[in-house]
Amino acid sequence: MRVDIDGLSAHRGGRPVVTDVSIAVPSGSVLGLIGPNGSGKSTLLRAVSGIGRASSGRVRFDGVDAATLSRRDLARRVAVMAQEHSEEFEITVLDLVLLGRIPHGRGFGRDSEHDISLAEAALDRVGARRLAGRRFAALSGGERQRVLLARALTQDTPVLILDEPTNHLDIAHQLELLELVTTTERTVLVALHDLNLAARSCDAVAVLADGRLVALGEPDDVLDTTAIRTVFGVDSTAVRHPATGRRHLIFDARSPHPVSKGTPVR
Amino acid sequence: MPLQPSGVLAARVLVPALTAALAVLLLLSAAVGTISVSAADAVRLVVGHLLPGMPWMTDGSYTALQDNAVWQFRLPRALLAAITGAALALAGALMQVVVHNPLAEPYILGVSAGAGVGAVSLIVFGVGASSLAIGSAAFLGALLATAAVYLLSQRHGRIAPQRLILAGVALGSLFSAVTSYLTITTDAQNVFSIMFLLLGSVSAATMTHLALPAAALLGVLAFTAFRARALNALLAGDDAATSLGVNVNRLRSSVLIAAALLTGSVVAVSGGIGFVGLVIPHVARIVVGTDHRRTLPVATLGGAVFLTGADLLARTVAAPTEIPLGVLTALVGAPFFLWLLRRDRADSVGMSR
Repeated sequence: MRVDIDGLSAHRGGRPVVTDVSIAVPSGSVLGLIGPNGSGKSTLLRAVSGIGRASSGRVRFDGVDAATLSRRDLARRVAVMAQEHSEEFEITVLDLVLLGRIPHGRGFGRDSEHDISLAEAALDRVGARRLAGRRFAALSGGERQRVLLARALTQDTPVLILDEPTNHLDIAHQLELLELVTTTERTVLVALHDLNLAARSCDAVAVLADGRLVALGEPDDVLDTTAIRTVFGVDSTAVRHPATGRRHLIFDARSPHPVSKGTPVR
Repeated sequence: MPLQPSGVLAARVLVPALTAALAVLLLLSAAVGTISVSAADAVRLVVGHLLPGMPWMTDGSYTALQDNAVWQFRLPRALLAAITGAALALAGALMQVVVHNPLAEPYILGVSAGAGVGAVSLIVFGVGASSLAIGSAAFLGALLATAAVYLLSQRHGRIAPQRLILAGVALGSLFSAVTSYLTITTDAQNVFSIMFLLLGSVSAATMTHLALPAAALLGVLAFTAFRARALNALLAGDDAATSLGVNVNRLRSSVLIAAALLTGSVVAVSGGIGFVGLVIPHVARIVVGTDHRRTLPVATLGGAVFLTGADLLARTVAAPTEIPLGVLTALVGAPFFLWLLRRDRADSVGMSR
C-alpha cells in the first residue's frame, strides 16, 4: 500500500515539532527516518499512524485520505510497533500478540482459529513461539521487542510503522529485527538512530532536522559526510565496505562548526 | 500443538460453576432463617409467585408467615446481595482498566461519598424520610459527585486517568467531611440510621428496591459485552490501544459513566459496601487472566456469589444478632485474598511488583 505524506505539520505540547513534511512511500518499500533527537521523527510517525494529530496537511493510504477513515479502518491499514507497553496489569505473550486482531473483530467475539493461526505465524516469524505462555513483563528487552513486532505483524496490515525498533537490542538482534521488518512485503516507515543500519536496510531515507525534511532519497545519495555534519554536527569519514562494497560511515568527532542550530534533547 | 490463550479452560469451567453456586446460595438464603422453610418448599413458593395457578399457593400448604418470609424478606434480600456484589465487582473491574490503576475501585470517583452526603442530608434535614426517598437522595448525591469529578478531571476534552483518581480522592474527602459534620451535629436518634447506611446493608430490601440496580446491571453488562476487546487493548496502554483502532477517550468516558451509574444505583440501595469492588476483579484476574472476555463475566458472577454468601453468613453465624455486611465481607474476604496473593498464580498477573 502506497503512503503519501502531504505537507504535514504537527504540534506537541503546543510547540510546532513537524513542519510541512511531504514524503511519498511507494508500496512495499522501506523508508528510514533519521535525524537527531527532537527532530520530529516520533511526532511525524505518530501523526501518520493516527495516534497523534496533524495540525495541517494530510496522509493518504493508496490515495484514501486518512482523515476520512474511522480509527478501526485505519488500524486495518496501519500497524504500529510500539516502543513501550503499559504494565499495570500482567498479560501473557500470546494474549498480547492476539491484541493485534482487535481491529478485525468485535466485542465478546472469541479469537477465531484464523486469529490464533496468524498470531502463531507471527510468533514463529520473530522466533518467539516458545515464549507464548510467558508473561510479557518477565521477558528480556530483546524478547519484548520481538513480541511487540509479532503483535504488529498479527494486525495483518499493509503498512507497518516502527519507532526506533532496535532500541535496547544487541547487534545480532538489531540485524535480525531489521531483516524481519524489511522482508515482510509491507510498506514500512521506520525511525532509526544507527545510520549505517539505516543505509543497509532501507530503500529510501528521509532526513529530518528541526521538524523539517532536509533530504530524501536513496541511502547512498543522502547519507554522506556533508549531510552528517549539517544535520548531526558530527564529522565523519565514508569508507567502502571491503566485502559488500557499500558505503560505510565512520564517525570521527563532533564537528567544531555545526551548520544547523542545535535542537534541545527531549 | 496449536497454542491456546491462558485461562480459557478455567473460564469455561468457572462460569457454569459460579452460576450453579449462585443459584444454590439464593435458594439457601430463601430457606434459612428463624421461620423454618425447607429448600424444596422455598423453591415451590418462589415458583408459585412467578407462575400463576400453582395449586400449593391456594390449598393452605404454607402459612402466610412462611410465604412472607421467603417472598417478602429473604429472597429480595438475597437477590439484592447478588446484584450488589455483581455490580460492584463489574464496576471495579471496569474502573481499574480505564484508569490504568489496580488500586481503583467503584468508589474512587467519590460516588459513595456523594451518596453519603445525599442520604445523610435527607436524614438530618428531612422529615419522616422513607427508605425510597433516602435511596433517591443517595442516588442523586452519587450522580452529582460523579459529574463533578468527571468535569474537574477533564481538560482539552480529554480525561487523564491520574487527574481523575486524584480529583475523585480529593472530592471524596470533601464529601466525607460534610457527612461527618452533619452526623456529629444532628440529633442522637439519627446517628444510628446514618451509621447503618454508611456501613452498607441489604437487609431492608424489597422487590421494588431491586428494579434500579438490576436494570443498571443488565444495561452495563450489555454495554461492556461489546467493548470487552477494546478494553483489552487498553491493557497495552493508550497509544497502543489507539493504534489498534480504539477511540480511547470515548471508551474511557463511556465506561466511566457506565461504572459510575452502576455504582450509584447500588450505593443508593445498599449503602457503601467495601472490599467487593476492589478485590473480586483481582481474584478473577488471578484465576482466568486479564482478557476481559473472561475477566468480566467471572468477576460479575464471583461478586454475586461472594456477597450472597457473605450476607447469608452475616445473618446466620451469630443469629439472632446480625453482623454488618461490610464487616463480614472484610473479615472473610481479606484473609482469603491475602492467601491468594501469596500464590504463584498471582505473580503471573503482576501481583509481585
